[in-house]
Amino acid sequence: MAAHVDPGYKGPLEYSTEESRMNILGFWIFLGAEFVLFSCLFAMYIILQGSTAGGPTPKELFEFKSMLIQTLLLLTSSFTCGLAIHEMRRGKSKGLAIWLIITLLLGLGFLYMEIEEFLLYVNHEGATWGTSAFLSSFFVLVGTHGAHVTLGSLWMIGIIIQVLQRGLTPRTTRKAFIIGLYWHFLDVMWVFIFTVVYLTGMVV
Amino acid sequence: MRWDEFFVTGDPMIYAADASIVLATIAIVAVLTYFKKWKWLWTEWLTTVDHKKIGIMYILAALLMMFRGGVDGLLMRIQLAAPEMKFLESEHYNQIFTTHGTIMILFMAMPFIFGMINVAMPLQIGARDVAYPWLNALSFWLFFAGAMLFNLSFVIGGSPDAGWTSYTPLASLEHSPGVGQNYYLWGLQLSGIGSLASGINFIVTILRMRAPGMTLSKMPMFTWSVLITSVIIVYAFPILTVALALLTFDRMFGTHFFTVDGGGMPMMWVNLFWMWGHPEVYIVILPAFGIFSEIVSTFSRKRLFGHNAMVISMIAIAGLSFIVWAHHFYTMGAGPGVNSFFSVSTMLIAIPTGVKIFNWLATMYKGRISFTVPMLWTLAFIPNFVVGGVTGVMLAAAPADYQYHNSYFLISHFHYVLIGGVVFGMIAGLYYWWPKLFGFKLNERQGKHGFWWFMIGFNLTFFPQYILGLMGMPRRIYMYTNTDWSALNMASTIGTFMQGVGFLIICYNIYWSIRYAPRTNEADPWNGRTLEWAIPSPAPYYNFSRIPEIKEMDPVWYAKKRGEKVIDGPLEKFHMPSNSGVPVIMGGLFFVFGFGFVFGWFWMAIPAFIGILICMATRSFDYDDGYYVSVDEVKKIEGV
Repeated sequence: MAAHVDPGYKGPLEYSTEESRMNILGFWIFLGAEFVLFSCLFAMYIILQGSTAGGPTPKELFEFKSMLIQTLLLLTSSFTCGLAIHEMRRGKSKGLAIWLIITLLLGLGFLYMEIEEFLLYVNHEGATWGTSAFLSSFFVLVGTHGAHVTLGSLWMIGIIIQVLQRGLTPRTTRKAFIIGLYWHFLDVMWVFIFTVVYLTGMVV
Repeated sequence: MRWDEFFVTGDPMIYAADASIVLATIAIVAVLTYFKKWKWLWTEWLTTVDHKKIGIMYILAALLMMFRGGVDGLLMRIQLAAPEMKFLESEHYNQIFTTHGTIMILFMAMPFIFGMINVAMPLQIGARDVAYPWLNALSFWLFFAGAMLFNLSFVIGGSPDAGWTSYTPLASLEHSPGVGQNYYLWGLQLSGIGSLASGINFIVTILRMRAPGMTLSKMPMFTWSVLITSVIIVYAFPILTVALALLTFDRMFGTHFFTVDGGGMPMMWVNLFWMWGHPEVYIVILPAFGIFSEIVSTFSRKRLFGHNAMVISMIAIAGLSFIVWAHHFYTMGAGPGVNSFFSVSTMLIAIPTGVKIFNWLATMYKGRISFTVPMLWTLAFIPNFVVGGVTGVMLAAAPADYQYHNSYFLISHFHYVLIGGVVFGMIAGLYYWWPKLFGFKLNERQGKHGFWWFMIGFNLTFFPQYILGLMGMPRRIYMYTNTDWSALNMASTIGTFMQGVGFLIICYNIYWSIRYAPRTNEADPWNGRTLEWAIPSPAPYYNFSRIPEIKEMDPVWYAKKRGEKVIDGPLEKFHMPSNSGVPVIMGGLFFVFGFGFVFGWFWMAIPAFIGILICMATRSFDYDDGYYVSVDEVKKIEGV
C-alpha cells in the first residue's frame, strides 16, 4: 500500500498517491454496481406502474410543485458540489468546506421535501406501499434514492469535519472527491426518476 | 412469542443437534481458555487483514459448511433409498433440501472460491496484499455472519422450506408464515453484500497491483479467471440484493411486489432470482477453471495451450451468462419466441466451454504428466464435467426441456457440473496450494484414497439419477411408491455414503498431515511455473520481500531453466497495513441486525444498525497509516 506521494507528481492532490488512485477506481466500480441496483428497481417500477389494484394512479397522485422543488434543490446541490471540488483543486480548503456545507443543506432540503411528499400521499390520499404494486414499487424506488441521499448526507458531515480538522491533504481531498462522485451519481439517478416516474406518470 | 416457538422442538435429531452445538461451544471455549489462546485468536486471526489468513478462514468455513450440507444430502438419500421410507417427515424433508441447496451454493462454493482467490491471487501477481485489506476482512465477516445466521434457523425458529430458489408465491408470507424464510433472506443478504465488496476488491487488485512488467497478456490463467469472475460478481450481486430486499418488504411490511393480490407479479421474483442465479453458477465455476489451468500446466510440464483462447472463452462465458436466465423456467409459458432466444444463447455457452476443454487436453498432449493428487482431481474433472455439460445442452433445448423440467435428470446435470467442476476444482486447489501456505504437502497416499472414494461415489450417486429422471422421477418429492425406481435409488444412496467416506478421508488427510507430515518448507515443491512458487513456504506475511520484474508468462519456470533468480536485488523497507478489530465487530453487529429483523424485533435491529453506522464513522476517521517492515526483520524471517 503506497500511501506516499510519488516524487515529481504534478497532478491533482486527490490522485497523488497509489492508494488514492485505487480507492477512486474502486469507487467507480462500486457505482457500476449501484447502477445495476437502480436498474432493477426501475425495471420493477416500469413493469408494475400499471398495477394500481384500485388505488390511485400515477396521474392522480403526483404533486407537480413538490416534485419541481425537489428537482431544483438536488440539481443545484450537484452544481454546488462541483464548485466544492473546483475550490479544492484551487487549493482552498475553506472554499471546499463552505460549498460542501451548502451542498449538504440543499440535500437536507431535498430530503425534507421528499418526506413531506411521502407523508402527504400516506396521510391525505391513503396511498401507502401496501395499497398496490404500483405504490410498492414507487415508494421503494424513490425511497431507495432517498435512503442513499440520507446516507450520503451523514457521510458528507464526516468529510466536512475532516476537511476542517486537517485541511487539504492527499487523503482528505480524495475523500471529498469520492463523496462528490457519489453525490453526482445520486443526481443522475434523480434525473432518471424525474423522467421515468414523475414526467411519464403525469403525462401518460 | 413463546419459548417453544422460539426453539425448534419435537424432533430427536434437533435435540441431538442442540446438545452438540452446546457441547462444541463449551469445548472450544474450554480449549481456548486452557491453552490461553484467546489473545492469539484475536490478534492473529479475528483482527487480521492478511489475505492468506482470511483465505484460510474462508476455506475452513467452506469445509464446515460442506459437512453440514453433506449431512443434509445424506439424510435426503436415506429417505429416498427405498420406496415408502418413513425416515423423514415431508416438512422436514422440504427444509433439508432447501438448506442443502442454499448452503452448498452460497455458504460452501462461494467461500471456497473466495478462499482460493485470497490465498493464491495476490501471490500470483506479486502483490503484498489485496487493494483494500480492511474491506477484505469485512467481506469475510459479513459472509460469516450470514452463514451463521442461516445455520441458526435449524435450531431457533425453524429452517426455510421453499427450496434454495425460494420461489414466490410459495415463499410469501401467506404460504410460508414462519421465520424460516426470513433467515434465508437475511443470511443471503449479508453474505451477498460481502461478496460484492470482494468482487470490487479483486478487480482493483488485479488491475492496479500486478508486479511491473506483468501485462494482462502475461497474467496467470487463475488470476484471469478471478478478474472475469469479479466482473460478473459486481454486475450480478446487486440483482440478488434487490430481489431479497423486495421479498423482505413483501414479507415484513406488506408491499405487493411478488404477491398474488395487490397487482404483484410472483414471476418477477423468478426472473430476478435467475438473472443473478445464472451468472452465479459461472461465478463459482470460472475460478475452478482457472485452478485446473494452473494444475494441468504444472503437472504436464508444459505451457498452457491457447492462453488467449482461454481468456476469450472466459469473457464469452461471462457475457453469455447474463442472457440465459430464462432457461430455468421454459415451462413458465413465455412463448416460443422467448424460449427460442434463451435456447440458442444457452447452447452457445457450449462453444467457449468446449474450447477450454480442448485446450486442457492439448496442454496434456505430449506432456510429461505426473499423477499427483491435484492432477488426479483435474483429470477426473474433464470427463465428469463433459457429461454434465452435454446434458446441459440437452436441457437447453426448450421443447425437450418440457420433459426434463423438475426431474432428477436436471438434478443430476447440475450436480455433475457443480461437484465435477467446482468441488473437484476447489479440492484440487487446496492440495495444490497447501504447501505454499503451511510448508508441507498433504499426504499423497491418503489423498489418493480420498479421491477414489469420492470420485466413484460421486458417479454412483448421480449417474443413476439421469436414468431416474428419464424414467419420470420428479425432484423435491419426499417419498415414492414406484418400485421400478428402487434399485437405482438404492445405488444412488450407496454412492452418497461413499462420497461421505471420501470427504472424511480428505479431512483425516488434513488432520494427519498437520500432525505428522515432514516440514520440508520447500519454496517450489511441485516444480511450479507462476510467481507464488518463487517465495518461501510458508509464505511470509508480506509475501514478497522484493517485488520482481516480470518479462514473460510463467516467469518462475523460465527463470529456473536459465538458472536465474526471480526475486533478487537489494532489500528495502516497505509498507504494510495494520490489523483492525472493526471488521469482526461489524460482522457481529450485522449478525444481531439480521437476527433482529428475522424475528421483527426492531428494538434489537435498530441499535445494531446504529452500531454499524458508528463503526463506519470510526473507519472514516481512522488515520492509521499502517507500518513499515524493516530490512532486518525480512532478513531474520528469510534467513539471509
